[in-house]
Amino acid sequence: MDHGPAVELGVDHAAKRKTKLGIRMFIIYTIVYGVFVAIGVVDYKSMSSIIFGDLNLAITYGFGLIFLAIIMGLVYNWRCTKIENEMNKEDKA
Amino acid sequence: MIYGVSYLAIAIFVFFVLAVLGLSFYFGSKTKSANSYFAAGGSIHWAVNGIAFAGDYLSAASFLGICGMIAFVGYDGFLYSIGYLAGWIVALFLVAEPMKRLGKYTFTDALDHKFNSKAIQLTAAISTLIVSIFYLIPQMVGAGTLVEPLLGLDHWVGVVIVGAVVIFIVATAGMTSTTYVQFIKGGLLIIFSTVLAIYIFNNGLDLNPDNKNQDYIQPMTLTVDDMQGFDVVSTMDIEDVSLVKMEKEGVYRWFTESGDKFEEAMSVTTTSDGGKLYNGAPKEEGKFYQVGTLVKIIKDGKEVESTGKVGPLEFLSVINSSDVARYEKMVFDDGDNAVTAYVQKIIPGKEMLIPGLKFKIGKGATTLSKLNFISLMLALFLGTASLPHILIRYYTVPSQRDARKSTIVAIAAIGFFYVLTLFMGLGAATSGVLNLEDGNMSAPLLAKAFGVGLFAIISAIAFATILGTVSGLIVASSGAIAHDLIDRYMDKQLTDKAKVRAGKIAAACVGVVAIILGILFKGMNVSFLVGWAFAVAASANLPAILMLLFWKKTTAKGIASSIIVGIVSALGIIVTGPTISKQFFGTEGLHGLDAPAIISFSLALLTLIIVSLATQKDNEKLVAKK
Repeated sequence: MDHGPAVELGVDHAAKRKTKLGIRMFIIYTIVYGVFVAIGVVDYKSMSSIIFGDLNLAITYGFGLIFLAIIMGLVYNWRCTKIENEMNKEDKA
Repeated sequence: MIYGVSYLAIAIFVFFVLAVLGLSFYFGSKTKSANSYFAAGGSIHWAVNGIAFAGDYLSAASFLGICGMIAFVGYDGFLYSIGYLAGWIVALFLVAEPMKRLGKYTFTDALDHKFNSKAIQLTAAISTLIVSIFYLIPQMVGAGTLVEPLLGLDHWVGVVIVGAVVIFIVATAGMTSTTYVQFIKGGLLIIFSTVLAIYIFNNGLDLNPDNKNQDYIQPMTLTVDDMQGFDVVSTMDIEDVSLVKMEKEGVYRWFTESGDKFEEAMSVTTTSDGGKLYNGAPKEEGKFYQVGTLVKIIKDGKEVESTGKVGPLEFLSVINSSDVARYEKMVFDDGDNAVTAYVQKIIPGKEMLIPGLKFKIGKGATTLSKLNFISLMLALFLGTASLPHILIRYYTVPSQRDARKSTIVAIAAIGFFYVLTLFMGLGAATSGVLNLEDGNMSAPLLAKAFGVGLFAIISAIAFATILGTVSGLIVASSGAIAHDLIDRYMDKQLTDKAKVRAGKIAAACVGVVAIILGILFKGMNVSFLVGWAFAVAASANLPAILMLLFWKKTTAKGIASSIIVGIVSALGIIVTGPTISKQFFGTEGLHGLDAPAIISFSLALLTLIIVSLATQKDNEKLVAKK
C-alpha cells in the first residue's frame, strides 16, 4: 500500500505512553470546558458575577480556558519529550 | 453605507498580492514531485509550520466574523474564540502524532492505512470535498466583503479576484507556497491585531469617539417640544417598539418613541421600483452613518465623558459598569416599500460581557435554544481536529515530535489572537465605527477610524488571510480528488507527474465552485457559516478518526458508514433548519435546530460502533491476510 508517511519515520517506542498521557490530559480539559458550557446553560446569570479583579466569571473562565490550553500544551510537550528521550534512547545509540 | 476608495490601501493590497504571486512563482519552480506538491516534501520546520497552522486557521471567520459578532452581540461572539481554541486540544492530545505516523498526503491515507478499502477512499474523499467547500464559502464571502471598502469594487468582484489568485497560487506550487503564504500572513495578522489593540487602549473610551480619520455622528434625538422641523407621517408598533416615520424637506426617516423623546433609527428602504434609500436619502449622500458607542461611562465609580488611556483589564471593567448603545434589526413593510430599521437599544455594558444576546440560554430560553448552544460548543470543540486542511499540515513536517511542537506553537499563537478578538470586537462596538449592514467589516473599520495606513495594512492582511486559508482548503480538495479518488479509488496508478497535473486541474475546478458559492452566500456572517463547516467536519470525520485510533474493533465498513451518516445527518439538519430555509426559501424550516453536531456526531459515532460490531469478520480476514 503506497500511503505511508511522506517521510521515513523511525520506530517510536514512546507512542503508547504518550497516547495514555494525551487521553488523560484531554479528559481533564474536556471536563473544564464542559463545566463552562454547563454554567452557561444551567445558570448563565452567575456568569456576570465578579470573581477576579473587576472581571466577571464569563471573561475569567473564557480567558482561563485559552491560557489553560497553552499551559497544558507546554506541559504535554515537556512530558512527551522526556518520555521520548528515555524510551527511544537505544535507537539513538 | 458607502465607502471612499483609499489609494494607499490599494497600493498595499496590490503589493501583498504581487508578493504572494512572486512567492508562488519561486516555489513553483521547485515543485516537481507529488510529495512536494501535496506535502511540501515533509521538510517544513515545526516553528514555521506552527505559525502556518495559525495562518491556516485564523481565517476570515476569526478575524472578520468573530470580531464582527463580538461588536454586535458581545460575549456570544467570543464563545466562538473559546470553542475554536479548545478544539486544538483534541488535535494536540489525540490526533497530531498518529496523523503524522499514519498518513502520507491526505487524511484519507490515515483512515485507510490498515484497510486499503475502496469505501473509505471514496467516502473520506467526498467528506474532504464537502467540508472544504463548506469552509470555502465564508472565506469567499469575506473576500467580497473586504474589497468594497478597500478597492471600491462590488462584492462579486472580490470573490472572483480571490478565486483567481488562489487558483494561481495552488496550481503553481501547491503546499510549499501555501505554507509560506500562511506563515507570513499568520505572523502579520497577529502582529497587527496587537497594534490595533494597543490603539484601542491608548484611545480609551469616549461618549463622542471622534477619531483621527472619522468624525462620529451622533444619531438625532428629538423631543416633543423641539421637533427640529420634522413632521410625524405615521406610527407603527412592532413587538415592544413604537416606530415613528417623520418627514423633513421631502426626506423620510424612522425614529423610535420613548417617553417624550424620539431616537433616530438607521433605516434602509427598498422602494417598489427596486431603489434603495439609506435614512431616506440615496446612498451617496452618506446619511447611513457608522454607529455604536457607550452612552454612559462609569470609571472608578464616577460618571465621566472620556476615560483617556486604559489598560486591557480596565477597558473591560469600564464597559462592564457602563451603558452601551446596541442596534436591533427590524424588518417590516411600509406601504409598497420594504423597510429594514436598526433600532437603538441602550443596555448595561455587563450584558455585553456575558452570553445571551445571540444565544438564548438565559431569559426567554427554550430547551431547543439551549440545545443549539450546546450543539454549537460541541461542534467547535470537535471540529478543529477533523478539518482536512488542518490535518494535511501534519504531513509537511519531518517527524511526530515536530507535529506535536508545531501544534503547540499554533495553540499559543491562535490563543493569543483570540484574546485580542474580544478587545477588537468591543473596541469596534464602542468606537462609533459599526456598519449596521455588515458586521464582518467591524475590525477593518475600527482600524480605519485610527488611520488610513492602519486600515490599509489590516485590510490587506485580512485579504491575505483569506488567500492563505482558501489556498489550504484547495490543496486539501485537490489532494482528495487527485490522490484519493483518481489515483487510489479509481486505481488509475498515476505517475508522480500526472498526479501533480491532476491536482492542479482539480484545484482550478474547486476554485470555480468556491467563487460561485461565495457570490450566492453574500451577506451572511462568516463565523456563523464556519460553525456549519465545523459541525459537518466533526460529524463526518472525527468519529472515524478517534475510533480508528482508540478502538481495535473498528472496521472499514464501520468507518465508511459513519462518514456517510455524519455527512447526511449534518447536512440534512442544516438544509432543513431555520437559517437556510429563511435565506433561500423564505420559510421557517422544518425544525429550529441550527447547530447539528449534537445529533449528527452522535449518530455517526453510533453507526460506526454498530456497523463495526456487525462486520468483525472483515477484520479477522484482514489479520489472516497479513
